[in-house]
Amino acid sequence: MNTPNTTDGSYSAANEVTLVKARRSVLQNIWRTLKTAPPTAWFGMVVITFYLIVALFASLLAPHGQAQVFPMAYAPWSEEFILGTDALGRDVFSRLIYGAQNTIGIAVATTLLAFLIGGSLGLIAAISRNWLDQVLSRFVDVLMAIPSLIFALMLLSIFGSSAMNLIFIIAVLDATRVFRLTRAVALNVVVMDYVEAAKLRGEGLGWIMRREILPNIMPPLVAEFGLRFCFVFLTIAALSFLGVGIQPPTADWGSMVRENAGLIQFAEYDLTAALTPMIPAAAIALLTVAVNFVVDWFLHQTSGLRDEH
Amino acid sequence: MSTNDVLLTMRDVRIDGFSDDRWHHIIKGVDVTLKRGEILGFIGESGAGKSTLGLAAMGFVRPGCKFVGGSIEFAGMDLLNLSSAELRRLHGSRIAYVAQSAAASFNPAHRLLDQTIESTVAHGIADLETAKQDAIELYRDLQLPDPENIGQRYPHQVSGGQLQRVMTAMAMSSRPDLIIFDEPTTALDVTTQVEVLTSMRTIVEKYNTAAIYITHDLAVVAQMADNIKVLRYGETIEDAPTREMISSPKAAYTQSLWAVRALEKPPQTSIDTILEINQVHASYGKSIKVLDDISIKVPRGQTLAVVGESGSGKSTAARVITGLLPPLEGQIIFNGERLPSALKNRSKKQLQAVQMIYQMADTAMNPRHTIRDIIGRPLNFYLGLVGAAQDQRIMELLRLIELDESFLDRYPDELSGGQKQRICIARALAAEPELIICDEVTSALDQIVQEGILKLLLRLQKELGITYIFITHDIATVRAIADQVVVMFQGQVVEQGGKDEIFTAPYPAYTELLLSSVPEMDPDWLTQLQQQRALIE
Amino acid sequence: MLQTKINHRVFIHVHPVLTTIIQRLGLGLLTLFVVTVIIFSSIEFLPGDFGQAVLGQAALPETVEAFRRELGLDRPPVERYFMWAGNVLTGDLGTSFSGRDASGVDRSRDVWQLIQPRLANTLFLASMAALVAVPLSLALGITAALYRNSIYDRVVNATTLTTISFPEFFVGYILILIFATYFKVFPSLANISDSTPLLEKIYRSTLPAFALTLVIVAHMMRMTRAAIINLLASPYIEMAQLKGASKAKVILHHALPNAWAPIVNVIAFNLAYLVVGVVVVEVVFVYPGLGQLMVDAVSSRDIPVVQACALIFAGTYILLNLFADVISIITNPRLLHPR
Repeated sequence: MNTPNTTDGSYSAANEVTLVKARRSVLQNIWRTLKTAPPTAWFGMVVITFYLIVALFASLLAPHGQAQVFPMAYAPWSEEFILGTDALGRDVFSRLIYGAQNTIGIAVATTLLAFLIGGSLGLIAAISRNWLDQVLSRFVDVLMAIPSLIFALMLLSIFGSSAMNLIFIIAVLDATRVFRLTRAVALNVVVMDYVEAAKLRGEGLGWIMRREILPNIMPPLVAEFGLRFCFVFLTIAALSFLGVGIQPPTADWGSMVRENAGLIQFAEYDLTAALTPMIPAAAIALLTVAVNFVVDWFLHQTSGLRDEH
Repeated sequence: MSTNDVLLTMRDVRIDGFSDDRWHHIIKGVDVTLKRGEILGFIGESGAGKSTLGLAAMGFVRPGCKFVGGSIEFAGMDLLNLSSAELRRLHGSRIAYVAQSAAASFNPAHRLLDQTIESTVAHGIADLETAKQDAIELYRDLQLPDPENIGQRYPHQVSGGQLQRVMTAMAMSSRPDLIIFDEPTTALDVTTQVEVLTSMRTIVEKYNTAAIYITHDLAVVAQMADNIKVLRYGETIEDAPTREMISSPKAAYTQSLWAVRALEKPPQTSIDTILEINQVHASYGKSIKVLDDISIKVPRGQTLAVVGESGSGKSTAARVITGLLPPLEGQIIFNGERLPSALKNRSKKQLQAVQMIYQMADTAMNPRHTIRDIIGRPLNFYLGLVGAAQDQRIMELLRLIELDESFLDRYPDELSGGQKQRICIARALAAEPELIICDEVTSALDQIVQEGILKLLLRLQKELGITYIFITHDIATVRAIADQVVVMFQGQVVEQGGKDEIFTAPYPAYTELLLSSVPEMDPDWLTQLQQQRALIE
Repeated sequence: MLQTKINHRVFIHVHPVLTTIIQRLGLGLLTLFVVTVIIFSSIEFLPGDFGQAVLGQAALPETVEAFRRELGLDRPPVERYFMWAGNVLTGDLGTSFSGRDASGVDRSRDVWQLIQPRLANTLFLASMAALVAVPLSLALGITAALYRNSIYDRVVNATTLTTISFPEFFVGYILILIFATYFKVFPSLANISDSTPLLEKIYRSTLPAFALTLVIVAHMMRMTRAAIINLLASPYIEMAQLKGASKAKVILHHALPNAWAPIVNVIAFNLAYLVVGVVVVEVVFVYPGLGQLMVDAVSSRDIPVVQACALIFAGTYILLNLFADVISIITNPRLLHPR
């Protein structure tokens, strides 16, 4: 920090008191930020990394195939079948690993699609502020007046349950939330003088969207991506648990809970058996907790908690 | 004077505040002595800690701040060692507070009268009926309209100036020994400010109440205070009786506080007109007319100041010129040819010729762009400069605005307020314009920085022959920079002419009111104004 | 002297609160209308051969044709919509797809008869959960806001952030595992019917109600906390403190009158969320409610039942939000006391 130099009478604009951040490379910056992360955020990041590794290398990590049937149903936990087998004699542990790939993969695809639809429409609506904005906003209001799980159930009953339908239906329903957020944060940026300055300069719509608005709405959108992912992930798990989501024999955590739920009745005889349906449920919960922790920290980082005194 | 007269003594008060994950010193050891019936002014720029110190006089710190040293003694009580219940008994009875934003500080759910007498009744100072009658008297003293019934209204039902007076009545209701006025007129227009100042001073004198008056406006504090304390970065710069402080300030910093007021440009005349606004009418949506038949001529190479209070339409005039708000009727002639009224119909050359500088430099620059991007874009966009040629021109511009190459890769939030405004000036200059519209460009800045910016603008005009349209509500700024002046009121031009012409009598009624309402450094100014206005009525 | 202007506006006959409420109700009705159109038109998207699918591959063309006629598929959609809407308004939700077979024998049941007992059960379960969850989460949220950044606040916050992340069925099965199978305190299956006595009904519904409560308390508490903190940051609250008002007075006299709108919104939002949560929890506990019915109907693609359930859920959701908005309007001093 420079010393205030006005007391000696001479004044220089370049010496006004400012806070200059040291120039660092992107990697250095990321590392510096990470070092200040609270333990919850670290926990979250480690868990997410672990899940991603499992999901990416599922076929290498899983001892058996996800649909491979062994002649012993409900086998207990053992060396061969680490978490036993299910009612059809499929290895629960292998299905758990493949489940990571399927469940996370579908949730990520859905979230991406929701952001593609909702984000671009929201941005266009915020900039144009005309009839298109009106039409889109009213349409989204109506869609959001129906609880999304109920809407999804209804649409699935019409179109049938397939992975593609699931992705598309949930993405469209979730795009409404993304649309609202994108539009709201973009509206805050659109009214800024620098956007007006760009318009006065004669810049086109493309430049204004790409260079002036998008960089300034990224932090809330990234946080929303995390939260949306959790929501989508839980919705898909719930639908699969209800039997109308991801269809067998594809392994996924929601339907694994449903398939093995009966085992809970044996808790007093064999606690490990009773825990079998709990493990995929816990896997869902753990990932959601992890993402929430990271998003919480990210929001805290970017919300600009710099109080002026 | 005996020590019994002393009401408040603060010794070596230190306060820390928490931000950016660590504690900072906000108040770094300040002493205050206040006698009964005395008014002490705290003056300083943003970040001086004057509000924090004012609240500290009540034994109060905002959440996120803490006392770390010193003592505060009020009427024989050590405020820092009182229990919170004992402090509460003092607040709203013997010490009262008047906040800057009355609109936000009144509870929207309760009537004004109930809020006025709330603490008086709660502290058992008067019974409900007496307090109500007294409040009506106070409203009358404060010259509020319809004092009998105004208390039945809700906060959103009365104007800002009236609310500020009701808040003074609220503070006065319990007949406190001390009132803290925290920038009570900052949010008001000058003509309203005079009325509020007058009524506040009258009532404080009537009941001989001691007060701490916090403001950044030296002329305002000169009217109110007996003594003035100049604060900067949480430290005392200078303490002196008001007259002494005004006539012979000691510290260089104090002198710099009214630097802008010393600046005065000798007006010049020009026969050539660069821009002409002819009979323009404009409105937002289909509702109220914001501009009503406006005609303005802007002389080439000079500065035209457009003066008016909020709602006068002065900023709308700028939006019409730039094409952001196409007028309903009328035309804009630039260099003899008619400008298309809508922005999108203007050619690149027309856009390039008229540039704009905004009031808030913070929001006028994209926080995600570096200074290089910000100045480089118009160079590339209008002049097609790239690479080394662009860099070289950016450097020239930076030197022109008295900054250096170390700023090239900084982001706006790494700059001070004045530096940001300089970058905005450089961005406007980069387009090589003929006309720059300056919309309140100095009103968000501290005095000393204002002076620097105004001097820079004057120098640039001399060197480059640029024309300015300077939109402002501040008469001192007009004196400093204008050649020609346009006075606007409620969407109409009240008066237009050379600066000397406008500032010499006879004036139209509104110009008279506006000019006479601007506080002057003279501590007797308000008293004299009151007498003059009383004579007229 | 320039007199400051005072607004002496002529008193309008209709109070603005009333006009605002009427506008809001109108908007609610419009939304409800559009939602019914969406729900109705879902049947339009069914594949052409669904009659065959419902009645079985062996169904004669005449039988399928009769079935299509019964559904009115031979008439224009607009006409059918108004017939359908008219029937719904008189309580006639149509007949179920199931129970029909290829021979044309129709043993299908009236949808309303299917739904009516289920709806009563769901309302019972939801009310049980709401009765506990609403006061509990308001208390937790308000105290966490008042003592923010205390240990208490941090613990409550971390706990709720974790529970929010739990899928409803996870919460449900944890409860079953602990309270029904490991310690046999409550039944794991909530088997109730009309004839079950009230106390027994409550006992059997305890676990599902508990699961629902856990799920919404987390959300509701966090939202209440955020709303209250936002409110307490208002300058008029600081002013009240500086006027020497006691803590109780600041809360009750200054904060509370302005807190109704945010609090009611939080409650309505979460009760609406309850409507969704109930579906999964009912399936976990095999509770004979509307959610369970809807899920079964979705699996068997029994469209009239799905439509009716969706209509009831969406209607409840819309009404709850409408209710919250109306409360916000009538507690807003700016609207109550116009200029």
